[in-house]
Amino acid sequence: MDTAIEVTGLVVRRGKKTVLDHFDCAVPRGSVTGLLGPSGSGKTTLMRTVVGVQVVAAGTVTVLGSPAGSPVLRSKIGYLTQAPSIYADLTVRENARYFASLYRLGRDAADNAVETVGLTGAANQLVADLSGGQRSRASLACAIVGRPELLVLDEPTVGQDPVLRDELWAHFRRMAADGTTVLVSSHVMDEANRCDRLLLIREGVLIADDTPAGVKKAAGSDDLDQAFLNLIRAHEKVAA
Amino acid sequence: MILASTIRRILTQLRHDPRTIALIVVVPTLLITLIYFMYDDQPRVFDRIALTMLGIFPFIVMFLITSIAMLRERTSGTLERLFTTPVGKLDLLFGYGIAFGGAAAIQAGVAAGFAYWVLDMNAAGGLGLVVLIAVANAVLGVALGLLCSAFARTEFQAVQFMPLVVAPQLLLCGLFVPRERMVGWLQGVSDVLPMSYSVQALTEVGAHSEPTGTMWRDLAIVLGAVVVALAVGAATLRRRTG
Repeated sequence: MDTAIEVTGLVVRRGKKTVLDHFDCAVPRGSVTGLLGPSGSGKTTLMRTVVGVQVVAAGTVTVLGSPAGSPVLRSKIGYLTQAPSIYADLTVRENARYFASLYRLGRDAADNAVETVGLTGAANQLVADLSGGQRSRASLACAIVGRPELLVLDEPTVGQDPVLRDELWAHFRRMAADGTTVLVSSHVMDEANRCDRLLLIREGVLIADDTPAGVKKAAGSDDLDQAFLNLIRAHEKVAA
Repeated sequence: MILASTIRRILTQLRHDPRTIALIVVVPTLLITLIYFMYDDQPRVFDRIALTMLGIFPFIVMFLITSIAMLRERTSGTLERLFTTPVGKLDLLFGYGIAFGGAAAIQAGVAAGFAYWVLDMNAAGGLGLVVLIAVANAVLGVALGLLCSAFARTEFQAVQFMPLVVAPQLLLCGLFVPRERMVGWLQGVSDVLPMSYSVQALTEVGAHSEPTGTMWRDLAIVLGAVVVALAVGAATLRRRTG
């Protein structure tokens, strides 16, 4: 298996809390990997570590063959933060063009990204005037504009219209088919079914690392919600 | 060019905010006019104070604008996101320095031109040097604003840095009490504050028709302070955070 992300013995502390404690996982290249778990489980911290902006206490994180945070990775990674992190006092197009320029790409790339997220009609609107869902799509446009090899998406579909959510997932699948590795966090279980692999994480501990079918089989339930619950209970029993 | 597009991005943000542009351009001119009427019957006093203020206003305005703008980059998450892209720290620091330095040049040009032509302010060395020193001071404000924003978590904290950084420099720069008449230790403090040198440089321009050696030395000191503040600012800007 050709791995895009390999995490070994990762320890991350934020304040006094140990968010990730000796965490190991691997993400195969060209796949869509879902990172699932409740709020506060360490999903965002793991993503910040992968994109290289998190201070790490111990462990190694290798991304596309280089240590996370290496300068060579900066042109290969697209990162979507959970809260839309774009300039509210610029238009959608101006935001996309600025982020495109950081990857030395021109206007066409920016306009393509805006079209992909379905915002062409709102391209000349200030981000401050957009709805929450539109804002997060504008932010997504800035994450995909550089055609990254690795796309790290923190809850990209929250608050989106179901039709649009379907289109976005279709787009993630297309990107993966073209060789992009997509790591996407979510707490919506029906989205988990659309992933190639799932990482279930709870309180900083990896509970499952498998395909959706494998997770269901291991947990003895066809419903992912129930499967997740079964795995957590089983895990607690082992710990106790 | 990442630096060029960063400058363009910052100026575009400014362009979408016409009220801020208006405040930047108009406020110093209004305040100079106020001083003009305060010293209606003492034109010499007006000359001295107006010249000093032409150096101080751009410093204060740019310090405030920059520290808030940089804080917004931090709190909105754009800074963290930028650090996952090929942007360099210097692209950001110089981007802000050049973009806001340009805005300061317009501000200083308008205020100084108005004081010179409309309010009859006397500056023996000419308007050009006054604007040059004012812009250097504004860039100093940008550099210190970038530096201080690293120590502020919220807007409330950021604005508190204004009195902390600006007030001592304003009080000790020689405007209220000539520096040579201060007690020794206070003079020592005044000697390490960069604004003391920009005010001295402006005073030199006011008194001499040719640029003096003292003026160039003072200007060099101010620009040196800019470089130091930017270097420390770059060192405090971390790509990785807890």
